[in-house]
Amino acid sequence: MELTKTMTVSSSQTGPAVFLTGLTKSYGHGKPVLKGIDLEIRRSEFFTLLGPSGSGKTTTLRLIGGFELPDAGEVFLNGKKVTPLPPYRRDVNTMFQDYALFPHMSLQDNVAYGMKIRGVSAAERHERAQQALAMVHLEAVGDRRPAQLSGGQRQRVALARALVNEPSLILLDEPLGALDLKLRREMQVELKRIQKQTGITFVYVTHDQEEALSMSDRIAVFSEGVIEQVGTPQALYEHPASAFVARFIGSSNIFPDGDGDILLRPEDVRLEAEGYVPAAEEQVFPGFIQEVSYLGPVTRCVVGGPETEHTLTVVVPSRGVRGIGEGMAVSAVWSSSSVYPLPR
Amino acid sequence: MTGGRKLLGHVALLLPPFGWLTVFYLGSLFILLLSAFWQVDSMSGEMIHEWTLDNFRVLVTDETYRIIAERTIGIAALVTVTDIILAWPLAYVIARKVGPRMKLFLLVLVALPLWSSMLARIYAWRLILGHDGVLNWFLRSAGLPEQSFAFTNVALWIVFTYLWLPFMLMPLISAIERIPASLLDAAGDMGATPFQTFRTVIFPLAIPGMAAGSVFTFAVTLGEYVTPMLVGGAGSEFIGNVVYSNVGVSGNIPFAAAFSMILLVVIGAYMLVARRFGAFDGA
Repeated sequence: MELTKTMTVSSSQTGPAVFLTGLTKSYGHGKPVLKGIDLEIRRSEFFTLLGPSGSGKTTTLRLIGGFELPDAGEVFLNGKKVTPLPPYRRDVNTMFQDYALFPHMSLQDNVAYGMKIRGVSAAERHERAQQALAMVHLEAVGDRRPAQLSGGQRQRVALARALVNEPSLILLDEPLGALDLKLRREMQVELKRIQKQTGITFVYVTHDQEEALSMSDRIAVFSEGVIEQVGTPQALYEHPASAFVARFIGSSNIFPDGDGDILLRPEDVRLEAEGYVPAAEEQVFPGFIQEVSYLGPVTRCVVGGPETEHTLTVVVPSRGVRGIGEGMAVSAVWSSSSVYPLPR
Repeated sequence: MTGGRKLLGHVALLLPPFGWLTVFYLGSLFILLLSAFWQVDSMSGEMIHEWTLDNFRVLVTDETYRIIAERTIGIAALVTVTDIILAWPLAYVIARKVGPRMKLFLLVLVALPLWSSMLARIYAWRLILGHDGVLNWFLRSAGLPEQSFAFTNVALWIVFTYLWLPFMLMPLISAIERIPASLLDAAGDMGATPFQTFRTVIFPLAIPGMAAGSVFTFAVTLGEYVTPMLVGGAGSEFIGNVVYSNVGVSGNIPFAAAFSMILLVVIGAYMLVARRFGAFDGA
């Protein structure tokens, strides 16, 4: 807990934690990876770059870290232009996808590496590395080598190593990708706790929308080198700016309606018996159950209509649909107010 | 039953190579060890099968042999250090800085000399370093003082360095290639300049590659006798040359065996050190 006090980000800096303007990047003669990224990340925010692989989220992270230079555009950190600066001259630390721990050094030395480079005394190095290791519950095994650790432990060391230098910004490149589901959940909570405790700005890259929703203060959704939408998890889920965002975040039913598309979330639909008469402000879709997937607390059903190729995915509490089976005739019912017209 | 038959199968498979190694390799090593403690009658040239430490006593007390042993080990060490220094820039560029096609091209260039006869390459160096050789032509036409490396330890050093450079390059390249790029990113991320990254991450992680390369540059140089014969002078004898002349010219096999034993012990000890540094870990 000593660490927390010393690690609060100093307030002498001005401007947003990260400010990107007009960033473009392409590799070799291939397709452009980034087609003009504008983004502002606020101080002490847990900010997630979300998107499918190849959408440009990792490249954006590498441009913030200084591992690559943009073809055009500028990068500002804390109000200071750092576009041409190499990583070692930026007040940023990164947690790499493969952890990037030095195999020839003990955990202690791994965590203390940055301090050693900066010429911090051995005693202080040791003390601060121990504190950082304690923060991720590994203070007892500081003299081990990375090869002697499990994947989850290595990941914690990588986090301690990023934290110990007290950067104003930590970049995390899909750090939980290699962990199994249970460990992943634990680390999500742990990362969020540490981010809150230290007040350091976290920029987090992931392709896992569930992870993004549960951890982030705000999210930027990437698709094919552009940002589709920036917003809080709730805003993205409830008011997606495009069909892409609606499809990528949560599961969705999207239907053409006049000139545009409308969105209907599966959990807003309920199942009633065949021939249900809708009340005012209700809409109904009569059809047959095509697929049933039991998911524990909820059951997902796909309802197909007799005269249309459109299907409707419905997620309902499992309790309410005992005895449901494929081929059954049902009415899918929803309130007109849960239909969200997607911006064009 | 099946287990027993399986074991029998394994034994049958291993027996021929194992037997071959035991009889011809370990057997001859054992005879070498025995004969090192025998002697040759200086009058009749007959072998006397009586235990004696005389051979070793001569080797330790006679200054000539001490100097030869020191020269052999000294030049082998110098060649190793020189090859490490020469190999680094090229290995680094090949491993990290060029595209796959350029890499293949450079690797072929590195391996190309190995397809020609070693003797031819050593003779080529005689032509380069000789008093009227290529090197002196250049020096003369550039108005520089001429060199007289031919048939000296310097010539030996240059030729050995040349001969074993590819063998230092190859393992060093693969060691540098095996360092994940993210480690270099991570070092830079924590404030290390490119030189600090080299010193604290790349160099230490490439030590196994250098250790593997030194098995050639050091251990093989130690046992060499052809190169000293061809490009070395009167004062450039190696342990191998003493062994060679004692076997061939003077017929003193026990003495040659004793000197060989010393060489074997040095090489054996060196291999243990090289193993400690990871020379044989997953090539």
